[in-house]
Amino acid sequence: MAGGREIKTKIKSVQNTRKVTRALEMVSASKIRKAQDLMKASRPYARLMRQAIGHIARANSEYKHPFMVERSEIKRVGYVIVSTDRGLCGGLNTNLFRNLLGQIRAWQDKGVEVDMVCIGQKASAYFRRLKVNMVGSVTHLGERPQIDQLIGVIKVMLDAYTDGRIDRLSLVYNDFVNTMTQKATVDQLLPLPPSDELTSSHSWDYLYEPDPASVLDHVLKRYVESLVYQATLENLASEHAARMVAMKSASDNATKAIGTLTLIYNKARQAAITQEISEIVGGAAAV
Amino acid sequence: MSTIRCDIVSAEKEIFHGNVSMVIATGEMGELGIAPRHAPLITRLKPGQVRLKLENGEEQFFYVSGGILEVQPQVVTVLADTAERAADLDEAAARKAKDEAERAIANRVDAMEIAEAQAQLAQALAQLQALEQLRRSLKH
Repeated sequence: MAGGREIKTKIKSVQNTRKVTRALEMVSASKIRKAQDLMKASRPYARLMRQAIGHIARANSEYKHPFMVERSEIKRVGYVIVSTDRGLCGGLNTNLFRNLLGQIRAWQDKGVEVDMVCIGQKASAYFRRLKVNMVGSVTHLGERPQIDQLIGVIKVMLDAYTDGRIDRLSLVYNDFVNTMTQKATVDQLLPLPPSDELTSSHSWDYLYEPDPASVLDHVLKRYVESLVYQATLENLASEHAARMVAMKSASDNATKAIGTLTLIYNKARQAAITQEISEIVGGAAAV
Repeated sequence: MSTIRCDIVSAEKEIFHGNVSMVIATGEMGELGIAPRHAPLITRLKPGQVRLKLENGEEQFFYVSGGILEVQPQVVTVLADTAERAADLDEAAARKAKDEAERAIANRVDAMEIAEAQAQLAQALAQLQALEQLRRSLKH
């Protein structure tokens, strides 16, 4: 019986693969809920922070913080890239990187250099091979990212901006729309994009304690941190959603493949039996 | 008695929201008591207690390890830090991030095993896809 054993082995191997993809699918399905809860829990802070920043932007302060002033010439730009630590989540990271590569190329064509910091192993593994300047990296954030894990990479970029080494800073991540859709997103962090809200009619300003420069510096740094943190949580939820979908389709494919292989196996076995019988019959006729 | 809305949040969760008659916190320049109709104010907070006097006269305490206090005509917002923060700690974190990047560029070895296992699984998935195509071509 030709190839029967080989087909059987293949069926076994596909079955084993299906076990793995099923398990991954179920793990992601349970983790996605936790990731979504984290995302929701961190929203009030992000909202109130945005509100405070909106107020600050509208206050008639004499002092203008460098983070709020657009620079006339751009010589070097910075990116904070949020990616996953693990693979097998469909095209999630690839789409994000492809999106970003287009932008990087556009900057490089204009003679602008690119610095980046990577959050997550996939980004640092990918951009290591490219001709970009990786200045910071953090990996293995786990299932509950904490803001203090991110402080380092953010500080690297904020310092670069303050020192004038970069003139613009953007944040790249996958925005979690719903389980089926994750949107690769690039947001400008610095300088703060001007808010489209109307400026208030009467002029007022805060009492700053101790002084506008140090307070605004503190607030704006916290603001950037909260945006990056929020992006990390969005990306985490996106990762689990994408993995769940990818693994589900892989399991489905495995099931179909097993069906096909079983069919082929049965045909081969039937053919072998038929052949054997016809050989016996032929043999008997010859005698 | 007049009251003012108060929101206390940290990056990881919402801690308090509701109407209060007074907010007492430790600002960088000293203890602050914010009553309704306080002038707009923004300041950094020192690690310490935030005390709220609620409408019914009760008091509530929260510990914050630093953060920002913003006073607006209708609302007092406390944006609390989740972690203990200090300039030198931040500096150390930044240095660690840079080291990590250098190590990533120098290609680490310990990630190899995982990458290998992943490559195998990816290969298996590719085989599945090929089989799927084979199945389709058999049908037609």
